[in-house]
Amino acid sequence: MYKDIPCGDSAFILKTGDDISVKTNLAVRKLLFFLENQNFNGVVDFIPSYNELMICYDPAIISYDRLLSNFRSLEADFDKIELPESSVIHVPVLYGGEAGPDLHEVAVFSGLSEEEVIKIHCSESYYVYMLGFTPGFCYLGGMDERIATPRKKTPRLTIPAGAVGIADKQTGIYPIESPGGWQLIGKTPLRLFDPAGKPEFLIRAGDFMKFIPVTEKEYKDILNKVEERVFEITKSKKV
Amino acid sequence: MASIIIQSAGMLTTVQDQGRFGYQRYGMPVSGAMDIFSYKLANLLVGNNAPEACLETTITGPEILFTDKGAVAICGADMGPLKNGMPVSMNKTIEIKSGDRLSFTGLKNGCRCYIAFAGGINVPPVMGSRSTYLRAKIGGFGGRALKSGDELPLGESEKRIRILEIPGKLLLTYKSSQTVRICPGPEISRFGLEGIQQLLTSEYIVTDHSDRMGYRLAGNLIKHKSSNADIISAGISAGTIQIPGDGQPVILMADRQTTGGYSRIANVISADLTLVAQMIPGDHIRFMEISIEQAQALYIAREKMIMELLDNAI
Repeated sequence: MYKDIPCGDSAFILKTGDDISVKTNLAVRKLLFFLENQNFNGVVDFIPSYNELMICYDPAIISYDRLLSNFRSLEADFDKIELPESSVIHVPVLYGGEAGPDLHEVAVFSGLSEEEVIKIHCSESYYVYMLGFTPGFCYLGGMDERIATPRKKTPRLTIPAGAVGIADKQTGIYPIESPGGWQLIGKTPLRLFDPAGKPEFLIRAGDFMKFIPVTEKEYKDILNKVEERVFEITKSKKV
Repeated sequence: MASIIIQSAGMLTTVQDQGRFGYQRYGMPVSGAMDIFSYKLANLLVGNNAPEACLETTITGPEILFTDKGAVAICGADMGPLKNGMPVSMNKTIEIKSGDRLSFTGLKNGCRCYIAFAGGINVPPVMGSRSTYLRAKIGGFGGRALKSGDELPLGESEKRIRILEIPGKLLLTYKSSQTVRICPGPEISRFGLEGIQQLLTSEYIVTDHSDRMGYRLAGNLIKHKSSNADIISAGISAGTIQIPGDGQPVILMADRQTTGGYSRIANVISADLTLVAQMIPGDHIRFMEISIEQAQALYIAREKMIMELLDNAI
């Protein structure tokens, strides 16, 4: 039974653990999947994160007690839930050069060659724990510590959408143009967030992200297709 | 088709509705009117039953030219509204003829004023809402704040214009020193008695670093019990009060990011968020604790009042 904690008069959280682990996060995703399918009247939004699910509701439609007792009465069925299978989303990345101006700095800091940094960065698929911070920003599971590099001392004022970066042991993609201090090692032609796209967000919590190095020509070809909305994303099953 | 032409935009004027829900799981902030209560009243006065988009203006008002006849209503902060240079009432339906101009003399109280138009502002909805979210440049009018020369289309309004007025006793007073009611947040236990006492007895000042995303306050430090002030990144709701490592509270508002890593000590109650939205830098704020049941009762009473006004208006 997950602990419920109120967050003001129109939201509460269900907490599945106190750690960052796939197991704790899987329970959050199960809760979301389960509650969403209940279509509780008065629930207006959900915010899943590493270890809790926030449920936003309208107290003029449903009270906290009522919502919680509805949920508790169904909790027995909760363990039977099977989540849809996770996909591994292939994310093409043009590394180094203008697309990744800090690749050299990361290589120097790690005591590796640029090629080795790229190889290590692409070698695993990263679990997407949650999205937050900016629209479409994915919090990814741990990166190989050999290429961990501290943030830039002076953040950049503008980082383009699609920039792939490293900040300490974390890696990620900037989904929209924003300021930031991450070490930029490459750029993806994919749009993680496209308000006119269907769906608007390319990646969901529970997916895995796999970076695929591409040449400048391949990058441009994919970018053209993305802009014409004809690019087919490669997805594979997690093994 | 009726439209409005912005002659001058004021400091920050954006198109807002009740917000963009359903996408917070992807990191998309809700946005929408900062002061939802004034937004609802303004819509009600011009006969908009649906949550239509209106203008939210900040500190200085715009100048607007009307291309067609219609109706407009102004609620929230008093910026001294004028129609063709003559003072007009706030919180009351104003009839408009083609060629009329709406302007403002200057801020008298509050911070944000809501201008609703019969039929609403008919910009294309993005992800289910017409609200502007400036950081991602989406929604509203081209995803940006209005500029002079912008022409915004208005929606069709089939209704005959009726002059309505919100009774004065139902309106809120905006003061430069305000007590705001709060409920305890999920990380309240991370603060000792001293920290909680500090929050509930000190006066905080609204700093210049306050905007649609959040209000940064300054005052007595609120200390965490342990040296680790931060939490595993988790959801933030409207009115969440975070205490970062520097011990200075931040109230999260309409454009708040969906998740954050600072301790959530408390939550401003929904009914009082409207007061926070009307505060400007330099204003003073005190907090008072109430129960969630009390907070919900206040919110429900407010919603019921709006529904009754709406029923009387139809």
